[in-house]
Parts: sequence; structure tokens; C-alpha cells
Amino acid sequence: MRDFALVRPASLADAAAAFAGGGEATYLAGGHTLIPAMKSRLRMPDAVIDLAGLGLSGISTDGKRLWIGAMTRHADVATGARAIPGLAALASGIGDAQVRNRGTLGGSVANNDPAADYPAACLALDAVIETDRGAHTADDFFQGMFSTALAEGEIITRIGFAIPARSAYAKFRHPASRYAVVGVYVADHGGHWRVAVTGAGPGVFRWAEAEAAIAAGGALPAMAADDLNSDIHAGPEYRAHLCGVMLKQALAGLA
Amino acid sequence: MQMKLSINGQAHDVDVPAASLLVEVLRDTLGLTGTHIGCDTSQCGACNVLVDGVAVKSCTMLAAQAEGAAITTVEGLGSPDALHPMQQAFRDAHGLQCGFCTPGMVMAGLEIVRKHGTSLTPELVAHELEGNLCRCTGYLNIVKAIVAGAAAMEAAHA
Repeated sequence: MRDFALVRPASLADAAAAFAGGGEATYLAGGHTLIPAMKSRLRMPDAVIDLAGLGLSGISTDGKRLWIGAMTRHADVATGARAIPGLAALASGIGDAQVRNRGTLGGSVANNDPAADYPAACLALDAVIETDRGAHTADDFFQGMFSTALAEGEIITRIGFAIPARSAYAKFRHPASRYAVVGVYVADHGGHWRVAVTGAGPGVFRWAEAEAAIAAGGALPAMAADDLNSDIHAGPEYRAHLCGVMLKQALAGLA
Repeated sequence: MQMKLSINGQAHDVDVPAASLLVEVLRDTLGLTGTHIGCDTSQCGACNVLVDGVAVKSCTMLAAQAEGAAITTVEGLGSPDALHPMQQAFRDAHGLQCGFCTPGMVMAGLEIVRKHGTSLTPELVAHELEGNLCRCTGYLNIVKAIVAGAAAMEAAHA
């Protein structure tokens, strides 16, 4: 790993100032994507700004939304997100036990890996992504592979998930990486349904046909293979098939 | 970069690059080679250590991120004459073949006890061990060792 200057700000303002301090800068949350990327020299920042000292972890609810601090670890979401059992279950299936003890919600959402789990929960749970500069709706936030609405240097502070009547996440896990080959999050917001798909396409997306079919009580749709991902793990036809299987599994697991 | 680390109850002042991984400082700077580097890609768990009692992969954590925390490595668990009950259980159950993954497996066993207590089933242990790889594939005895080690920890505290 190439060396860098490590900055440990005590406030959001100091963090943003450090980011703008010249050279290539990056924020460090749990580090479970960033550190591997730096090891392989996909990322070679001049400055790494550690967000650990900003007090951005914790879970609370205002009755309508479950608010989770950006630096909250997956393991703590798995045990603490009791208001949304589907979200807690999703967090308990990320990586492995040791990874869940370090990886963070905000880091995952900011990174927007096309096979990550949390982006599907954000979309299906109509999340509000609060930052040091304002707020984004999940529908506007995720903009395709590793791309988000975050401006340069913008810091996610917390994420508010709408508490649904019922929800569930089903994923076909890659057995080595544990990322989603395909994952589907289904949420029932009192008769209004949201369905989000991760892993299948170049970025997380809502499955409008499935939402309409569930609301109408009709037959579930098939996913079209067009534009879905193809790699050594699965081709687009297989991923399309998995979308339907994961949709059914999620619907069967609503809680 | 100057860092103050607390490892196995001992304070260490080290001067290492900011980019140093925790496992690199443990092994190369401090000579604590019980913590192993297997895959170096957060998969295998050979580098597991406890940070404030919680198991993490020390190949995916900067040493600087461990400042202010209490680090426990396998060297801090027991001594050759008085093994920790979890270590003794690995010995008794033949929970190792080549031994490379063993330090990480022992730490993973302690993590399972932290989360689930000392009364464990083989199914639960096998599930919770998914972040640890044994290339000898000696998983059956590793699972037995952790179940027995957890029970021995209970007995030691009784």
C-alpha cells in the first residue's frame, strides 16, 4: 500500500476542510472496501481522512423512520435494527462475522458497489440519506456502478429508513465474496410496495413491474435479461431467473 | 507516524508509516508472529485479533485505527504451560493439522463465545466460522474444538 497522510478530524467541518486540503483525498469509514482497494493500488490517495472520531454511529427511531448513523457497523445494525427485521437480517448476511464488526452502513452506501446489500434496502425502504450538506432521497442517490449523488467531499452522516408494515431481503450469495449475485428487497409500506434489486444490473434499481404486480395481487413478472450483468459467476439469463426466485423468497419471508 | 498501541495489556510506542496494517505492525514491528497473514484479502481469518474484545481481520485494519483500543493476539491468551481453555480444546480435539489457520480459528472461537455464550451447537459454530478458512479442510475437528473450548471456558469460570 502506498503511504499517505492520515488525518483524524474531530468535526465534520474539519473533515471537509481536510478533504479540500489538496491532493487526492478519501474518507475512511470501516475500511473494508477502501483498504483492499489501496492494497491493490486501485486507490492511491495522498490523504486518508478517518471519520471514526465524528460520533456518527448509533440507531434511533422517530416512529416513522429508523435512523442509523453512517459509521454504525453491520454487526450493530444486525442486532439493533429491531424496528425493521428485514434490514437487521440483511445486515447479518453481509460478509462474515469479522467483516461485520468493521464495515459500516455509510461506507457501503457511499461506495455503491453494484452487488452490495444496503443500497437495495435504501431503495426499498424509501431512505433519506443525510449528509453534512443536506439530504438525498434514495431514488435520486444511486446513479449506477460506484456512482452516487454525493458531491466531491460530501459526507453521509445518517440514513433514515421508512419503517414498513413488513419487509424482507433475499439474496443469492456468492459463496466466496458473500456479495449478492442477485439480491431482492421487498417492502410493504401499507399497501404501497417497493421492490429493489441489487447484484443483477450495473447498479441497484427498482423493479416497477414487480411492485405493480404485488400491489394488484397479480402474477409475478419475469425479469428481462437485457442489460443485466454478465461475469464469470453468472450470465444475464441466470441473473434474470434469480431475480424471480429471490423475489418469491423475499415475499415468503416478509416480517 | 508515531502510534501508541495497547497489545495484550502492554503499551507500545511505534513509529511506522501511516499505511501500515495492524497485522504488519504486530508481526514485523513487534515480532508477534502468532497472528498470521493468509490471504491478505479479508477472506481467510488467519489474521483475526480481538479489538476491545471483538474479532476483526487485522489485515484489513490500519494500525492507526487501533490506537486507543485494547488489542488481544493469540500470544495474549495463554502460555505454553497454561493454555487458554480454547487453545487447550484445539489441542485435545486435534483441531489443527498444519496449524496455519489455528490462531485465527482460536480467535474466531472466542468471538463466537462472546456473541453466543458458552453453550454452542456444531451447526451454530460452523455457520459463524464462515469467515475462517482451513486449507487442510479439518473443519470437523475445529468445530468440535470450539464447542468443547466454549464449555471449558464455562467450567473455568464456574
